[in-house]
Amino acid sequence: MSAPPDNSVDAERPAPKPAVVSSFLQIAKRPELGAVGGLLVVTLFFLFTADPAMFTAAGLMNWMSPAAQLGILAVGAALLMIAGEFDLSIGSMVAFAGFVFGAILIVWQAPLSVAILLTLAFAISIGALNAHIVLKTGLPSFIVTLALLFILRGLSLVGLKWATGGSTQLRGIRESVADSWLLPLFSGDVSGIPVELLWFAAVAAVGAFVLARTRFGNWILASGGDAEAARKSGVPVADVKATLFIVMACCAALVGILTVLDSGSTDARRGFQKEFEAIIAAVIGGCLLTGGFGSVVGAFFGSIIFGMVVIGLTYTRIDLDWYQVFLGAMLLIAVLFNNFVRKRVAGERS
Amino acid sequence: MSAGPLIAARSIAMRFGSVIALSGVSFDVAPGEVHCLLGDNGAGKSTLIKILSGVHQPSEGELFVDGEQALFQNPRDALDRGIATVFQDLAMIPLMSVARNFFLGREPVRRLGPILMLDGDRAADVTRDEMKKMGITLRDPGQPVGTLSGGERQCVAIARAVYFGARVLILDEPTSALGVTQTAIVLKCIDEVRSRGLGVIFITHNVRHALQVGDRFTVLNRGQTLECRTKGEVTADELQALMSGSVSA
Repeated sequence: MSAPPDNSVDAERPAPKPAVVSSFLQIAKRPELGAVGGLLVVTLFFLFTADPAMFTAAGLMNWMSPAAQLGILAVGAALLMIAGEFDLSIGSMVAFAGFVFGAILIVWQAPLSVAILLTLAFAISIGALNAHIVLKTGLPSFIVTLALLFILRGLSLVGLKWATGGSTQLRGIRESVADSWLLPLFSGDVSGIPVELLWFAAVAAVGAFVLARTRFGNWILASGGDAEAARKSGVPVADVKATLFIVMACCAALVGILTVLDSGSTDARRGFQKEFEAIIAAVIGGCLLTGGFGSVVGAFFGSIIFGMVVIGLTYTRIDLDWYQVFLGAMLLIAVLFNNFVRKRVAGERS
Repeated sequence: MSAGPLIAARSIAMRFGSVIALSGVSFDVAPGEVHCLLGDNGAGKSTLIKILSGVHQPSEGELFVDGEQALFQNPRDALDRGIATVFQDLAMIPLMSVARNFFLGREPVRRLGPILMLDGDRAADVTRDEMKKMGITLRDPGQPVGTLSGGERQCVAIARAVYFGARVLILDEPTSALGVTQTAIVLKCIDEVRSRGLGVIFITHNVRHALQVGDRFTVLNRGQTLECRTKGEVTADELQALMSGSVSA
């Protein structure tokens, strides 16, 4: 404090707020701090327990790949959660987009560019459908998108059987696009770095910029923080949410395209339970389930923690089945921590 | 008052079906004046301010802005004429920063190549300055609104309305949920707004709060204007009696 101490006056004043409040203010401004802390803890854990091969360049790529696939979903999920909505259909959307993409390539023999455009168009219409139902009815997005989770998964199965004549796997995709000029953008690597990592970094960077540095980002925070207050202040809440449902579906379609091109085939179990993992990564990254607060940067680090744990355990002597225990524990710690932060930030004194 | 009223309502009546909310209410506010609108619950205060702010259109009667007859189809029309209303819920988002709330829906942007960026520095500077004028020193414009006290939040909402061009400020029960210290902060803020030449309509059912800052006092009872008195010619007891309806004017 700059003012000289003056006991006679200070005695009359209310006691200064304790220092912890200001550190909470710091967290409030940087919701990703929790995820960065978590990443440090997990990294230290594996530095001590895992085979050093995990932290070589090859090892790094090994566990960053699943992190990147999840991360692209987690960025979309984080933005949507901050705006106050969920999308549980994204795991199925990955499979459905993969099926649409594969079927256009194999059944229609269409070029890669057409397949990508049509797959994204499909994703946009599914995202718009989710948004339309949620926003028109006012039903919780949780239940609406849960229905879509089953519908899309079922459609992927039925569609794959139709396209293949009975199988749930569609093969031969890599051969069909081998000479496409677009392929290097979606498959392989750029000077040793897998493209999905570059996509992950790009999606996260754009998402983080939009949330923190644009008007639209302000509207995302406001729509999730208090939709009524946002509406009164002139924020087009429904448009904001609809846009994010569509962005979310496109993120899922992108993951579908990347993974299908990577493996050369598509199957109906692709993206299974990814909706939960994406939400977990977003929550570890500081997003509140109630909306209005969170960070894309946090979701970015949350996804890396995820990939590190999933693959990292294979570098240790620890039984792999501990993975789910580990994950659940991290989610619980993150939720408790976020709840604590929210209460302090929202000025609740319960 | 030397200047004419900024906004005036003449013989306003409002019916919702068979329910008569207002019957023949007249009310006005001049620049640099705090006009208190007093009344018990159900007296018609909310209906009157909703008419003044464009939420409702009166069944009968006329509104004048700067002496010209005006018709507000919606709150936007009223806002465009400089009539801003701060409702009790404040339309503020606790988890967002003071600066982000201050500019919500009207964010300042600057151009970075083809991209329009939020001008966070300007938002923070303006917010800090405007709050300072209201007598509140923010530790940090980036702190969440939730960390402010109730009185400070009211003042952010008031400062925001003033900054975005309000000439008439309608305050709906700004002190009703506040303690003594917090009320003092808000009353000081109202005083500051008046000194800048704005007209303030201060709705309250607390006679003491009204007397501390008001220039004129109008009491509403059962949808009618009971009394309009100026400062110095009315006591707290008289106003209280008028509000409760135990004395007729």
